[in-house]
Amino acid sequence: MMKLKRKVAATLLGVMAVLTICPAGVANATEVNTYTYNYDYWGLEYESPDAYTPVSYTDGKALGTTSMKLPKGLYARDNHLFVADTGNNRILELLEEDGKLTLVREITEVKGDLEVLTLSGPLDMFQAENGDIYIADTGNYRVLHVTEDLEVVKVITRPDATTVDQTIEFEPTKLVVDRVGRVFTLAKNVNKGLMQFEADGSFIGFLGANEVVFSMSDKIKKMFSTKAQKEQMIDFVPVEYNNLYIDDLSFVYCTTDVFEEADADAGTAKPIRKLNSLGKDILIRNGEYYPIGDLQWTNAAGMNGPSRIVDITAFDDGTYYVADRIRGRIFGYDEQGHLLYAFGGPGNKLGYFMIPSAIEHIGTDLYVLDSTTGGITRFSRTEFGTLIHDALREYEVGDYAKAAEYWEEVLALNGNYELAYIGIGRSLLREKDYKGAMEYFEVKRDSDNYSRAWKYYRKDWIENNMGYVIIVLIVLALIPSVVKGIKKVRREAREEYELEHKNK
Amino acid sequence: MNLSTKINKQSMQSFLGSLRYSLYVITHPFDGFWDLTHEKRGSMAVANLIVFLFLMTDLWSMRFTNFMFSNVRWERVNIWSQIVGTLAPILIYCVANWCLTTLFDGKGRLKDIYIGLAYALTPYILLINPVTVISNFVTADEGAFLKYFDTLALVWCGALILVSVMQIHDYSLFKAILAIIFSVAGMMIIVFLVMLFFSLISDAVGFFISVYKEILFRIY
Repeated sequence: MMKLKRKVAATLLGVMAVLTICPAGVANATEVNTYTYNYDYWGLEYESPDAYTPVSYTDGKALGTTSMKLPKGLYARDNHLFVADTGNNRILELLEEDGKLTLVREITEVKGDLEVLTLSGPLDMFQAENGDIYIADTGNYRVLHVTEDLEVVKVITRPDATTVDQTIEFEPTKLVVDRVGRVFTLAKNVNKGLMQFEADGSFIGFLGANEVVFSMSDKIKKMFSTKAQKEQMIDFVPVEYNNLYIDDLSFVYCTTDVFEEADADAGTAKPIRKLNSLGKDILIRNGEYYPIGDLQWTNAAGMNGPSRIVDITAFDDGTYYVADRIRGRIFGYDEQGHLLYAFGGPGNKLGYFMIPSAIEHIGTDLYVLDSTTGGITRFSRTEFGTLIHDALREYEVGDYAKAAEYWEEVLALNGNYELAYIGIGRSLLREKDYKGAMEYFEVKRDSDNYSRAWKYYRKDWIENNMGYVIIVLIVLALIPSVVKGIKKVRREAREEYELEHKNK
Repeated sequence: MNLSTKINKQSMQSFLGSLRYSLYVITHPFDGFWDLTHEKRGSMAVANLIVFLFLMTDLWSMRFTNFMFSNVRWERVNIWSQIVGTLAPILIYCVANWCLTTLFDGKGRLKDIYIGLAYALTPYILLINPVTVISNFVTADEGAFLKYFDTLALVWCGALILVSVMQIHDYSLFKAILAIIFSVAGMMIIVFLVMLFFSLISDAVGFFISVYKEILFRIY
């Protein structure tokens, strides 16, 4: 036993020695010790200052009520925060004032002419602009539409349309409502996309079904598989979404955790989508990598595979934040699909999560619900995060010089921040400083923008040096004839010389 | 003009001649490779030069291609392993091919195989260097066609290597393809043996060192 221990100690010492000898840059590249991190062009993690910092944690007790049991849903309207306390069959309405949450009321039942007035395992809710509340009353197989005073307006149950499978119960899990009162809901065991209901409760149809792509490899696989295997293949189902968010322009963001790990590896997985009114995915994915959460992952400590996103919240400036239930992390993306930063992690300290189940925002603050501990963590934006958002906003409205100023400040706080280099490069490009823009783009290997800058730079150069270019071209054109002429003269001279000698 | 300079001039001319001959070889491979070894139109000196240029082309293309068209992580580049990684396969291929073809009535000697392979690499030098230069003058869209040149160079060189095996060893096409496949297998075996050899050597050395240490430990 002693011997073994000594061996282990020796090995550890050896590993440490190797690590010390290794170039620091290589060793540090994949070990991040900060709370917040980011990924570079190569998909390697690197450390970052905090963009969001956890400030408070509020659970049922702190609100003066019983503790929450497996809460699954969060919704914010103005400064009201709704929590679907699924395990306790209730919805909590909270009021946010100066960053403090206070309980307004507990919703356990609604008023009206219904057989069942109590809620059963509600998973989500939504408050419309006029104050009406929509509740996904999952355990009672219905969506409730009630006024602010909880008077029932309408009830949506399973539509008897032919496209809806009548053999399974209608179990709404998540819902959003657009400006004109159309209800978009997700239901358990429905994989055709979102169910869309008119304002009067009539069923319109499905939206945003995942296109099933039939690949050549599938066909070949099918040729060689037995009947039993083929039957299993038919079970392969299109995407089932797991959460929704509707932004102020009525675009619906959807998330899903159903995708193959291989797709995440290859970077082609699309766990986040933004649907337009036709159900087409219009999320912009201009980053080097698709927004999929973590780009690198290990299978350790019971946390396997890629990030599995459970919820999304989108700011008015086009940035959106998603929560990963596997490793308890939050990922922020800009409108173009670039990762802004990632933070959080597994654990039960402030700012870490056991299993996050929902994410929302009020103002610039983020609220994350942990379904295991039954508490809400509030994050507030730091100076670093604010500068990034300011820069993105200024670029969006077209004030490139101002955006560059913000990016300069971001760089002062984090010299590794890729978007800052690219942002400054872009503003230099607008100011027609092509050479400078190219330098900034090359540092962070943004070949699209570099190419654009180079195109203008080249055009300018040719225009400015047109005279020289023409001269060089003329000289090049003349060289053959000049050489020919010289050769001719020399030959004639030699012939003359030889002739003279012969004559002598 | 004394004798030595005359000889120098002559050898220089023959060197340039066989260098120019490489251009004939890559456009008329069947004719070219036959004469290359059977008529002694190729030379070791030129073969060495071509291999050197091939190596330099590889390094230049890594260093000077615009970053839009290449993905080099400079912190991971080791110039020595890059050089060995380019030269070692060439040498191991020659040995493996020679080992194989001597057993299956190949007519070529080791020298012929080396010269044949070297001349077959000429298109790579001729195609990739211009690509490297051009990549610095075009935009990403305009440069989209550049990657076809890489493929073209690969296919051209591959076809020339095949023909060189056919002509040098006087093989049929089928036999030449088989010879190349087995040469590649042979290369792997050689690499395996070399690694095995080194690991055994290091084990043996380690054994003697530990014996020596043990003796020292017992004596003192």
